[in-house]
Amino acid sequence: MKILFKIFIASMLLVSLQAHAVLDIKITQGVEQALPIAIVPFGWSQAGSVAPIDLTTIIADDLRRSGRFDVMDEQDLPQRPSDYDAINFSDWRKLGMENVLIGKLNLTDSGDYDVSFRLVDIYRGKQIAGFRIPAKPDLLRRVAHQISDILFEKLTGIPGAFDTRVAYITVKKNKDHTVHSLQVADADGYNAQILLESPEPLLSPSWSPDGKKIAYVSFEGKNSAIYVQEILSGQRQRVSAFEGINSSPDWSPDGSRLAMTLSKDGNTEIYVMNLNDKSLQRLTRHGGIDTEPSWSPNGQKLAFTSDRSGGPQIYEINVAGGKPKRISFEGKYNARPEYSPDGKSITLVHAVAGSYRIGILNLTNGFINVLTDARLDESPSFAPNSGMIIYATTGVRGGQLAAVSTDGRIHQRLGLQQGDVREPAWGPFLK
Amino acid sequence: MSIRLFLILCLAGLLFGCSKEVKEEEPVVVEDLSSNAPNVNVNDDSGAQAYGTDDSSTSGFSQLDDPQSALSIRIIYFEYNSSEISSEYRTTIEAHSAYLSQNPTTSITLEGHADERGSREYNLALGENRAQKVKQQMLLLGASSSQIRLVSYGEERPAIDGHDESSWQQNRRVEILY
Repeated sequence: MKILFKIFIASMLLVSLQAHAVLDIKITQGVEQALPIAIVPFGWSQAGSVAPIDLTTIIADDLRRSGRFDVMDEQDLPQRPSDYDAINFSDWRKLGMENVLIGKLNLTDSGDYDVSFRLVDIYRGKQIAGFRIPAKPDLLRRVAHQISDILFEKLTGIPGAFDTRVAYITVKKNKDHTVHSLQVADADGYNAQILLESPEPLLSPSWSPDGKKIAYVSFEGKNSAIYVQEILSGQRQRVSAFEGINSSPDWSPDGSRLAMTLSKDGNTEIYVMNLNDKSLQRLTRHGGIDTEPSWSPNGQKLAFTSDRSGGPQIYEINVAGGKPKRISFEGKYNARPEYSPDGKSITLVHAVAGSYRIGILNLTNGFINVLTDARLDESPSFAPNSGMIIYATTGVRGGQLAAVSTDGRIHQRLGLQQGDVREPAWGPFLK
Repeated sequence: MSIRLFLILCLAGLLFGCSKEVKEEEPVVVEDLSSNAPNVNVNDDSGAQAYGTDDSSTSGFSQLDDPQSALSIRIIYFEYNSSEISSEYRTTIEAHSAYLSQNPTTSITLEGHADERGSREYNLALGENRAQKVKQQMLLLGASSSQIRLVSYGEERPAIDGHDESSWQQNRRVEILY
């Protein structure tokens, strides 16, 4: 038994140390006017030894994957400066290249690193952003994503969401048993870590606002139950295991409460649980299905799915109590609401002529914009910059993840090498 | 005598008549006319219980194992997005309810399921609705609540992995598990 335990832990470490992405992400549709940018391979302070990380490729991949950038091929670079003074502006002007990133990775005396970089506007002939970021060895990948975030915001005006993580569920069907696992990975698909493996279904991962915990639904006790697990330590607590359904956990913005769906009082209703003392506040009282609560960013309302009008539609209710108000009026099936972090819209599953697609409901005018066009899309989740929505889709290769920009112009596919992947949840900005 | 009084008397008579028929303790008698009919316990006033020669306590063969019995049907299917039980399952549900009421120490689990379309959590609730509807019918037909456990798996445990109507139709179900 001890040996099995060791093997299990060892295999978990192996998964998190793999050098390739577990989730393979491809851009399938980018914007027409992509911004050109050249990323010069970063210098490395220890000539004669190999750099511990290829920051340049991580940044280039981030920007390419965003669909908003046209990143120059490395072979077309006219020169490779690491210092500002070494930049030959006319070389770049000749190629019509407006934005150039140069940088350096330094090994410091203490054995840690620092990364310095400059974003240069070739036409204006000057630096428009420059930073030096200190980093411990295991945080170098995050530094690359932080650089991508800075570039992205500088050049598009939108905050980047590259230094973030996503949670998702995988299902592998072996000959005689199925393995469900809850995993988290970097937003670029690297550093996947298994948080939980189970022979029974797992559902509905939900990030705490501080990014340190995940709530989820597990059937390991032969019925649905809600667990809260700390990501770093793996410690977890079962917070709801009443008779009937225990599902759909969603954290309040201050992290102190969990909205959830419970059917212990006869049928599915929306409840709010105080995580300190596990006390429950019941919010809905209706014989139909009421489920999938989503907390508004200002902490005052919950959106949820209810079929009280005949078929599933989206409703809003004040957390302080009161009557639910219907907010979706287009189509016969609207479910699974999630507020955008900026509070302006709600993404949802919207059925159109028998196809289930991802839509976005504008909270100002009530219109639903349909963003995807496959048949079986579900589980949408906003990036913390409100710019992208990750979701699950089913195609010929089984369950995959995909992402779409909120204006619908950019599409990405995220695939797993083996097995189905589903139920993505985009984590908050990392601190 | 006014019409109103007459109607009230009729109503009282109906109610009185009805209340006599609905007594929870009395088992519902299910008459199966096929020649391979499993045992049916018929309560007569003496309280004696008659058994046929293929009774489980003598031969080890249980009603539950009889492939000809209505009890051998353990799956009830549903229409899309609905938890209404089609009348074609009435005999099946009656048979299971009768069995449960005759065997008070037996218990079952009703597992509710849904097809994969749409939202997962909504489908969890839909699966539960379906199982609840079946339980309600069983309670009306003589089973007691403590004998029936409910669980919903939503779309998480499909019977068939396909992505077309013939697969979906087989996944919209309640399974009766002894």
